[in-house]
Amino acid sequence: MNYNMRPTKNPMPCQDPKVRARNFEEVTLGYTEEMAIDEAKRCMDCKVPNCIKGCPVNIHIPEFIKKVAEGEFEEAYQIISLTSALPAVCGRVCPQESQCEGNCLRGKMPVRENNKPVLDENGKPVLGESVAIGRLERFVADYHRNNIVSVPPKIKSNGHRVAVVGSGPSGLTCAGDLAKLGYDVTVFEALHVEGGVLVYGIPEFRLPKKIVKEEVEGLKRLGVKFMTDMVIGRVISIDELLLAYKFEAIFIGTGAGLPRFMNIPGENAKGVYSANEFLTRINLMKAYKDDSHTPIDHPKAVAVVGGGNVAMDACRCALRIGAEHVYCVYRRSRKELPARAEEVEHAEEEGVEFHLLENPVEIIEDREGNPKENPNYGKVKGIKCIKMQLGEPDSSGRRRPEPVPDSEFVLDVDCVIMALGTSPNPLIKDTTPGIEVNSHGCLIVNESTNATTKEGVYAGGDAVTGAATVILAMGAGKKAAKAIDEFILKKEEK
Amino acid sequence: MFKIVKREELNPTVTRIEVVAPHVANKAKPGQFIILRVDQDGERLPFTVAGVNKSEGTVEIIFQVVGSSTYLLNQLKVGDCLADFVGPLGKPSELEGLKKVAVIGGGAGCAIALPIAQALHNMKADVTSICGFRSNDLVILEKEFTECSNKFIKMSDDGSWGEKGLVTYALKREIIAGEKYDEVIAIGPLIMMKFVCEVTKEFNVKTVVSMNPVMIDGTGMCGCCRISVGGKMRFACVDGPDFDGHEVDFDSAMERNTMYREFEHKKYEETCNLFKKEVE
Repeated sequence: MNYNMRPTKNPMPCQDPKVRARNFEEVTLGYTEEMAIDEAKRCMDCKVPNCIKGCPVNIHIPEFIKKVAEGEFEEAYQIISLTSALPAVCGRVCPQESQCEGNCLRGKMPVRENNKPVLDENGKPVLGESVAIGRLERFVADYHRNNIVSVPPKIKSNGHRVAVVGSGPSGLTCAGDLAKLGYDVTVFEALHVEGGVLVYGIPEFRLPKKIVKEEVEGLKRLGVKFMTDMVIGRVISIDELLLAYKFEAIFIGTGAGLPRFMNIPGENAKGVYSANEFLTRINLMKAYKDDSHTPIDHPKAVAVVGGGNVAMDACRCALRIGAEHVYCVYRRSRKELPARAEEVEHAEEEGVEFHLLENPVEIIEDREGNPKENPNYGKVKGIKCIKMQLGEPDSSGRRRPEPVPDSEFVLDVDCVIMALGTSPNPLIKDTTPGIEVNSHGCLIVNESTNATTKEGVYAGGDAVTGAATVILAMGAGKKAAKAIDEFILKKEEK
Repeated sequence: MFKIVKREELNPTVTRIEVVAPHVANKAKPGQFIILRVDQDGERLPFTVAGVNKSEGTVEIIFQVVGSSTYLLNQLKVGDCLADFVGPLGKPSELEGLKKVAVIGGGAGCAIALPIAQALHNMKADVTSICGFRSNDLVILEKEFTECSNKFIKMSDDGSWGEKGLVTYALKREIIAGEKYDEVIAIGPLIMMKFVCEVTKEFNVKTVVSMNPVMIDGTGMCGCCRISVGGKMRFACVDGPDFDGHEVDFDSAMERNTMYREFEHKKYEETCNLFKKEVE
């Protein structure tokens, strides 16, 4: 095999930033077959594939890429499917730069020209780019979806019943793995549509909802049952699922849906949203469509507070519903932004203005005149921020941001969106005797089995870790499925 | 799908429907609410459970036509189905141990107050119901309140039903006359609950109010329904809907409820016009 030694990735074809910043269609368009084969040839099939170690579900990366290089796309898909349940999703939303691609040898090789290493302005060698593993994964998943009619495998039922609470990434993965083993799985979803955060949180332009829907349909073909409108803990309790409904084991993948606020003055003003509310209105309730029955503000200038993927999603949604200025206010520096590198890049290309090393101290309300004369009475008219500087490293190892004295200033905005992270919803903890949580409200589980403190009840995803990534949730769903299988088999032996 | 099995117009804008939803009927307690969607593209609308029939597996809700979504809901007939009906949500009202209670209802809020008055009556508490309406033609649930109240005080803005005046006036009069309530439970427009609380604060009578802010998911996920209670942020959908009325910041709640007024007016007119065209 002749490797392609070009140091850079094939760029991802995208909608033009100016155009896409005003529509909700998918931003990235995906590789063509030629691009995919060309990119796949950049993989050098390392003896020790570190990329696999970086993947929370250990996809056999060099193997599938080799198949892509050979043009055997469906075979590549089958290799990914051995370990990953949602490749079309992960190829789009995984933070590859800190996982598989972060470990890729090609990303550590110095770029050479005329047999000499190329140096940057500081005299350090310039490094190449990793293989675009995520883009290839997406290509393979999309190829399969668009070209292959898959016949569901015939699975022999083993007669055992398992309940999965929550239909986000961890729940879908756990349900899929158990169904393939022959379990009779029922997934309970609190909202009116399946998919959890993939549907209410991640916007259409980053993850088209039809992809999530197709993944759910695939599980239905495997025999998984879905029940929407089921708020477990209220409609049916965990104990009732075990005792009255006779499920032998339960997986809890209820995510981290409880939004945080800053506790600063003005947070109850009109025009202040949690990112969850803003995104739920737009994504789940389709408020961006003209005929939607769900209202949303169409602000002129928006401050989004936070620097994670959710903050980027909120920024980019705000642009798409017509904001002229969107400020991303983050208290640390660019290096610490927790969002995926690609999302930050895309946001910037689309016109999001980053206010780094700044932190809000107050939301200013319009109190001029009275409600009858002033239609904006009680609404946001600005956000007072203070400049920050980075001090000594804190317990997380990141340099702690500290306010710069007397550096307050006001950003004129008519909408503020708080994207400060979320905590697990306390409902299951409050209604299930025997389930324990840590000080952050996260369910406590055994690290090797994902078993909770209650027998027969397993958990994974953000409900255990606090807000994290889709792929980590999937990894937890897989681990729990395996442990549930062992638990039920052991019980059967007795 | 959730089938409507009964429908009754209580007054020109208030309707009661009974919906088949066995999971909800099984669990619902007074004070809890449900969220429904009329159709696949509908808004998520919260309504307090107005009654349940466990053996039939049905749940009653009472709604007032105030916007486009409730207008659409009001077009449905017996035999039609709702796309979604989820609940019970929120915490049940805490009624245990109450011996003598004044239940105050204002307008359509009486629909929410009724199951509470009935539950109290069933546990042998002494119930004074004070209901207020703008006028006689808007009165709902008169018979039901009469049946479950030891004392039933009727108030209307124009004097066309019971006495002329506000519910707060009647409440204050009863307290001054020497009535000692363990608790006052007030359910109605925010402005009414605010003034009830001002009266009871003066006489130091514990008061519980049922908050009905704008909601989306109803499961504690979005924070849209947040209100300030005792200076702390609380979510009505999971921490409520009942709160200590003396701690609630009503002014802020009233302001937040106007957030989408313009949109709602516009959508309401669009929807009405659509239906008028169909009729023509």
